[in-house]
Amino acid sequence: MTPTLIIARHVLQESVRRRVFVVVLVLTLLFLALFTLATVEAFNAQTPFGGGGSFSPHAITAVTMNGLGVFASLFLATVLAVFLTLGAVRGDAERGLLQPLVVRPLGRREFLLGRFVGAVAVCVAYVDVLYALVVLIVHQAGGSWPDYVIGPGVALAGAVTILVAMSLLGSVFLSTTANGIAMFMLYGAGLVSGLLAAIGAALNAHTVLTIAHDITLALPFEGLYQAALHALGSNQTGLTRVLVNLGPFGASHPNSVPFDIWAVLYLAILSALATVGFERRDL
Amino acid sequence: MEARIDVSAGAGDEARTTGAKSESAALLASGVVKRYGSVVALDKVGLSVAPGELVGLVGANGAGKSTLVKIACGLVRPTSGTVTVYGTPAGSREARRQLGYLAELFRFPGWSTASEVLALHQQLAGSAGGETERHELLELVGLSDVARRRVEGMSKGMQQRLGIAQALVGEPRLLLLDEPTSALDPAGRRAIRTLLLELRDRGIAVLLNSHLLGEVERVCHRVVILAGGKVVADGRPDELTHAGGVEVQTGNGTRRFPDARREDVPKIVSELVSAGVDIYEVTIIRSTLEDAYLEAVDPG
Repeated sequence: MTPTLIIARHVLQESVRRRVFVVVLVLTLLFLALFTLATVEAFNAQTPFGGGGSFSPHAITAVTMNGLGVFASLFLATVLAVFLTLGAVRGDAERGLLQPLVVRPLGRREFLLGRFVGAVAVCVAYVDVLYALVVLIVHQAGGSWPDYVIGPGVALAGAVTILVAMSLLGSVFLSTTANGIAMFMLYGAGLVSGLLAAIGAALNAHTVLTIAHDITLALPFEGLYQAALHALGSNQTGLTRVLVNLGPFGASHPNSVPFDIWAVLYLAILSALATVGFERRDL
Repeated sequence: MEARIDVSAGAGDEARTTGAKSESAALLASGVVKRYGSVVALDKVGLSVAPGELVGLVGANGAGKSTLVKIACGLVRPTSGTVTVYGTPAGSREARRQLGYLAELFRFPGWSTASEVLALHQQLAGSAGGETERHELLELVGLSDVARRRVEGMSKGMQQRLGIAQALVGEPRLLLLDEPTSALDPAGRRAIRTLLLELRDRGIAVLLNSHLLGEVERVCHRVVILAGGKVVADGRPDELTHAGGVEVQTGNGTRRFPDARREDVPKIVSELVSAGVDIYEVTIIRSTLEDAYLEAVDPG
């Protein structure tokens, strides 16, 4: 087994032993129970509008509940990602956990990669399983599937991967508490940029859209999240489409190949910065 | 083995390399400087440890001992100078393959058992020792009966001993021990002392960083004293210490002869007996490493 995989397995083992998974499982089941109840009630509460034609309350409910599920999946996975990595380097070094490991003949790069692989494995599995359950619940309650099922799952996996990388990078330079605060503030900033984009699109305010776009480039997990939301209802048209976009989980911009390339590049830049920072750090 | 004594504080402007020659040294530091901003932690330090040699590194808090040890195992990068482990640059994979390290402040994950800690380090060190090696190491440090106990359920002393076992995983050729007995009770210290002597006999090179001068004096081949980031003394314990007179217990109390040496004892005894003094005990006083240390770090 390579040193990277040894460290990744150590991360998984730690999560199991510290009962991280038990806590996450219990809280996730609680969330799913509430989500199921809310979804059933939402479909039952649809008011039969007389709009007809391009307007479908059922579709709006389905897309919105799926959107809520995607939002919650990402939020919970972010909490998991941050808490699995926020003290990976500086925090563990301050506690004396890191030194015995990194003097072994594994490189610091491999150590970091191991922490990254372990956290990504946990968080990606979590976010995609949760997303799949959300989609199944909405389908069971309302009988409809998202317009694209696989795409949002992939986008969520990408978003969580970037968040893990950001948190690991932060752990190289920041104390555990500072990194945790920074991560949740950045996550919040990403959500704000999504709301700004929705407001900008509704008002056709170019400057607002530009600001939102720039924040999304700086925090591409948000762009991937928006892409996931967009894919849930991308085939909707007319008034349904407009109302979905104006809702809390609307996204007017689809995913694009250049943005995906930027997200991969961003990940590479974060990895390089974290590696160089860690290599140069005195422990 | 060659050793050099130099107790003149501040005389270390040039890198001093003592003890083992470079080609055969288990650890060789030459002209090592480490600065943290404006603070000079190490100032042109030279030090060597020969294979099979047990070298004690002593000095006050902040003298640079831990920094030097951390540089040797690649945790800290020197500002300038070179450090090699068996000829390979300190911090390189090859160098790390050859050493075991016990940090001054370390912790193992509380959720793992003693056996799991060692298993992880075996994997990272590429040791094929398996269960046999783990059992032997735990037995060596007196923890074989708590192999399945979680670290969080161990006392500080037990964790310290587990740390020493961890440092020995993979049969390292050079051991860097930073305050290995700091959390141990007297019995634990004695056990570690015995272990160090055993390691010495096995031919493992050890750099022992410790505040416990008596312990260092008892087990080390050579002692290096650091003060203010400089090597101020380096030599065998008996070279660093010196005769400190003769003390005679008589019927009238203790008589001291501060300038007397071992050779003077028969004459002293003869004169006292001739003078009708009853003699109960004669002690040849020798300065301790503590005295040598205090002289070295504060010659004034």
